[in-house]
Amino acid sequence: MKHTPVLELQQLSHVYVNEKEASLAVEQIDLTVDRGEFISLVGPSGCGKTTVLSLLAGLFPPTKGQVLLGGERVEGPSPKVGYMLQQDYLFPWRTIRENAAIGLEISGRKTEKTLRAVDELLSELGLPDAGGRYPHELSGGMRQRVALARTLATEPEVLLLDEPFSALDLHIKLQLEDLVHQTLKRLGKTAVLVTHDLAEAAAMSDRIIVLGRNPGHIRSEISVHEPIRAAAPMAARKLPSFQELFDSLWAELDKDVGEGGRSSG
Amino acid sequence: MSVKEAGVVDKRSKQSAENAEVQGPIHTSGIQEDRRSWMGDLHMRFKSQKRKLTAAVIVTQTVLLLLFVGLWEAAGRNKWIDPLLFSYPTKMLQQLWKTMADGSIWPHVGMTVTETVVGFLLGTILGTAMAAVLWWFPFLSRVFDPYLVVLNSMPKVALGPIFIVGLGPGFMSIVAITLSVTVIITTLNIYNRFREIDSGYIKVVRLLGASRLQLFKLVILPGSFPVIIATLKVNVGLAWIGVIVGEFLVAKLGLGYLIIYGFQVFNFTLVLSSLIVIAIVATVMYQLVAMLERRLTAGWRER
Repeated sequence: MKHTPVLELQQLSHVYVNEKEASLAVEQIDLTVDRGEFISLVGPSGCGKTTVLSLLAGLFPPTKGQVLLGGERVEGPSPKVGYMLQQDYLFPWRTIRENAAIGLEISGRKTEKTLRAVDELLSELGLPDAGGRYPHELSGGMRQRVALARTLATEPEVLLLDEPFSALDLHIKLQLEDLVHQTLKRLGKTAVLVTHDLAEAAAMSDRIIVLGRNPGHIRSEISVHEPIRAAAPMAARKLPSFQELFDSLWAELDKDVGEGGRSSG
Repeated sequence: MSVKEAGVVDKRSKQSAENAEVQGPIHTSGIQEDRRSWMGDLHMRFKSQKRKLTAAVIVTQTVLLLLFVGLWEAAGRNKWIDPLLFSYPTKMLQQLWKTMADGSIWPHVGMTVTETVVGFLLGTILGTAMAAVLWWFPFLSRVFDPYLVVLNSMPKVALGPIFIVGLGPGFMSIVAITLSVTVIITTLNIYNRFREIDSGYIKVVRLLGASRLQLFKLVILPGSFPVIIATLKVNVGLAWIGVIVGEFLVAKLGLGYLIIYGFQVFNFTLVLSSLIVIAIVATVMYQLVAMLERRLTAGWRER
């Protein structure tokens, strides 16, 4: 049971076409993510991290290869996949409760009962009395919590996190990392995090995928071992073996700088 | 010596201890009180300065208006200006009073106001609907883009004669002229707003599996709401142009008709007093729409 792959990326390649040119963003990505696993994608800018995440979400179809979600091919956005963006993008004309419930409204599941669940979710995420307020009354960290509630409200199996902490102050960022980590572990969700913060990747993940660029490809995989794996991000950062993990990640990425253009073949 | 010193020290420390004991709590609360009254003073001074400025503005405005009216009155009565052409305020007031008393002005006001309200509401609604169609079918928007630009730069009131012959002289053709003035610019403004909606918001609902209709209803339309209301305000002004021009051309009723009639019988008192009624009614209408705007966008507006 533990090794049922929730997500499978098979020979995934994507080409962006515009008026100027056709450019290869990612090539031949093979990756399997187990149920309940938390993986991170790290790499230099232009390595196709966000492209991979968009393909997982079904925002657009891959040029080659396929994405399987629970054994089925992903054809478009699905309620089984939740996505959290770098900015909160809460609708200013909706109250916090209405913002968090928008996914339910879209899928036609907005009822008294699910709305109560949304309220519960908001208080679990530390926003017990914010339901009737408007986004502009909340701080950046609180707004990102609402965005998390909005993502979780539709009860997705897989969460895709696209640098959700990068726009926050360090203090709030560390708090939210812990909150997200705990919440996802408690609910048993599978998560894929895209980040450029190596320490964040090391502290939160079970497994870290290092991507290279020109075109985007998987360079290496680093498994995170106990006790860092089980520890909450804040605690993990204080463990003695954390620095070692960070250094090995750093070394992996450093190699990429000298790489320049990889000859394709 | 040492005893003396010790005594002095003792006395001092005793004194300071007393000071601390007696003054301590009073001292700190004194600071708090001082601070509060000091900040209160600053606040009061700021507020009274603001009030003085507002009062000065209102006084100056009133004085300017009275000066203008007084000068006009004097100039008209003393024949510094031609009273036949420029009339003067008391004469206009008499004219207005007479027509209000015998009730003959109200049908004109009612007609013009109805035409204007229908014109700007319909113009805004139709313009928004056309913008929605263009948004829904990007192909259409590319096809119609040059035509809309040409139509927008054309003086549409020039279509007046065609509407009058096609729709008959009266209410319908006047509303049509008003629409021709308001619809195109409304369409362009609102369509541009539709396209400017931050793609992040669109991504959020697409990722939640929204259909195109849901995207429009949940994001595009409410996100454009402030612009739609602002367009409504602009359309109040545009509709007045359309209505008055339309009434110049055909009407037998309305403030525009009164102006043309006054012109034909060389009664410029009637022309100018009708203009004053238009100014008053247009201002009231604009303020009502501004109030509606504040009411509808309360709450979520970021200030």
